[in-house]
Amino acid sequence: MDAIILQILNGLDKGSAYALIALGLTLIFGTLGVVNFAHGALFMIGAFCAVTLSRLLSLSHTIIDDTQKDFLGNPLKVEVPYVYDLFGQSAGETIIDWAVPLSILFAIPVMVAIGVIMERGLIKHFYKRPHADQILVTFGLAIVLQEIIKYYYGANPIPTPAPDVFRGSFDFGAAFGLTPDTIIYPYWRLVYFGFAAVIIGGVFAFLQFTTFGMVVRAGMADRETVQLLGINIDKRFTLMFGLAAAVAGLAGVMYTPINSPNYHMGMDFLVLSFVVVVVGGMGSLPGAVLAGFLLGILESFASMREVLEFLPGINQIIIYLVAIIILLTRPRGLMGRKGVMED
Amino acid sequence: MFGLDKKHTNLLLLVAALTMLAPFLLNPFPEGSGMAQFNAGYPDLMQRFVIFGIFAIGFNILFGLTGYLSFGHAAFLGVGSYAAMWMMKLLTMNVIPAITVSIVVAGLFSLLVGWISLRRSGIYFSILTLAFAQMSYALAYSVLTPITGGETGLQPKIFDPRILDGELASGASPKANLFGLEMTSSFEWSVGSWLFTFNVGYYVAAIAMVLSFYMAIRIFNSPFGMMLRAIKSNQQRLNYTGLNAKPYTLAAFVVSGMYAGLAGGLMVAMDTQVGAERMFWTASGEVVLMTILGGAGTLIGPVLGAGMIKYMENIMSKINETILHQWFAFLPDGLEDFVVTLIYPFIGKGWHLTLGLIFMLVVIFLPGGLVEGGQRIAKLFKGKKPSSDTPDGKTTPAE
Repeated sequence: MDAIILQILNGLDKGSAYALIALGLTLIFGTLGVVNFAHGALFMIGAFCAVTLSRLLSLSHTIIDDTQKDFLGNPLKVEVPYVYDLFGQSAGETIIDWAVPLSILFAIPVMVAIGVIMERGLIKHFYKRPHADQILVTFGLAIVLQEIIKYYYGANPIPTPAPDVFRGSFDFGAAFGLTPDTIIYPYWRLVYFGFAAVIIGGVFAFLQFTTFGMVVRAGMADRETVQLLGINIDKRFTLMFGLAAAVAGLAGVMYTPINSPNYHMGMDFLVLSFVVVVVGGMGSLPGAVLAGFLLGILESFASMREVLEFLPGINQIIIYLVAIIILLTRPRGLMGRKGVMED
Repeated sequence: MFGLDKKHTNLLLLVAALTMLAPFLLNPFPEGSGMAQFNAGYPDLMQRFVIFGIFAIGFNILFGLTGYLSFGHAAFLGVGSYAAMWMMKLLTMNVIPAITVSIVVAGLFSLLVGWISLRRSGIYFSILTLAFAQMSYALAYSVLTPITGGETGLQPKIFDPRILDGELASGASPKANLFGLEMTSSFEWSVGSWLFTFNVGYYVAAIAMVLSFYMAIRIFNSPFGMMLRAIKSNQQRLNYTGLNAKPYTLAAFVVSGMYAGLAGGLMVAMDTQVGAERMFWTASGEVVLMTILGGAGTLIGPVLGAGMIKYMENIMSKINETILHQWFAFLPDGLEDFVVTLIYPFIGKGWHLTLGLIFMLVVIFLPGGLVEGGQRIAKLFKGKKPSSDTPDGKTTPAE
């Protein structure tokens, strides 16, 4: 029992990342009909937004502190981050400590801007081209984006820690009256899961309960009719691309404490998220989320020792295996809509 | 000649001449001169040109003709490599059985993968092939370690059985050979300050490439090739005429898998080692880049693309900041630094950035790749209006 709960929890954080990226991919595919291979790169750029902000916040200048002496007896030179000057020492320390959560505020406008520029500048010209061309051009774009990041940030992973409050682990056993010390789970992963749930809920609420969302859904169902009603659907779809980019970016921002970001993290996630989208059903938002969590949890169950003894190596291939089986038995995926990308 | 019309005979002869004379053509600059770093005429790189040329020709038979975009072709190359390596370990270090077996094994594996993947088309087909390739990669890395050597990969060892080979002389290590002619041996010829290297391995691979190119021309011009083009342009119409497209696409898939196996076997023959990383999906992505860059659906395009990417990878990546400063030393100091900082991100270690940009530009503006670019330039110089004998189908992007 403990082991099962632990594996479900372990699957949740990876599943959240898959679900968030797959949600963005599906938003883009459902609205614009574009297969975006650069979506992993957007996830990666989001992660580097967090790196950038934490570096910006730690920018410092040197002052000479007369009260302290170094080992030669000279006044000590102290590096003081500019935020200390602005907000005072204790507030400044907190701000630097909370750099990753603060990056959310920083990443949203950046990612929306990148998304809108990408759509207007490049993707727009590919609506009428075949899907293979869209895959190829966005694949090229992904290479370019990732090389730009590599040029400025280097090829090594950059550790970006979570705030101090979230270090350490949460003991589920003690909290819910089970055996203590059996189900231990890092706080940040819980935060990540909660954050993902909020974002996913937010996107669905936005589409379901706002007029803007209603128009977008109408456009997804029948673009031409919406245009005939005199609505500029292109503008709204562009914004949806920005929103999808922001979702991917935020997934990246919050993922940095779990895995130190490096320039090819996007590509690593991209392949899996595509599998997730296909399993969930092309163009189905709930399908993408469901498949994301399902595959994440499945993957963590497959890594259990008991399973591995029985089927060695299954944890490496389980996702692909499931994808192949689903694609061959349920061509539309788990929750795919009729008429979307069927061939 | 060889059952080809005049145009294609000329093309074949041109390719044969280029590959046979490559040690001269790729070494145009004398040793020790400032331009010597652009020489690509050393065996290792020339072998890569032709081997990846074969890989791309094979990929093009699938993607260029039928329009099925496979993102998992590196798996066949990897499987071929492993098969060739086991032949060398168990049977003989002679490359002929190794390469033959690599083609057969890759063909069988692609038959299996193709039979399943070709039930779907479009993006689903791409994802399925990608999933198969990633599965093979993950398995080769983990569970199949007894067969694949896992992370360390496979190399020939002194104590391998090698049934057909006799005992090794003491102190000798097993080397890939063709009836005793070692793959690594080369003949060097220096003329003045030029140094030309003729490598046995290169010529084996080059002959294999010319043969594969010939095969590709025959396939392109055969009724079978015509059928594949029909699949690309309108599969539905083909179905309505009562033809089943599946056997044709499957045949194309297997043929291109066998090409990949040949490339994998040759890789092992040139450099006797194999690791799982050559099956990773980025390796499959690379052959896609090569084919598109050169021109999908054209005969010579994939070879050009493979040559260009491998040249950039090996030559451009060597250019560092110091060399750039030497080049632009004639400029005033401030301007020199400015130009160098402007260019530096794009070359040297950043060559992938240039590759990505060129690739995007090609996909956006030249869907027919470099070959189409060449045709357009040629047309510009001839000053002719686009003639009606080039049908639209020639430049439409693959779907």
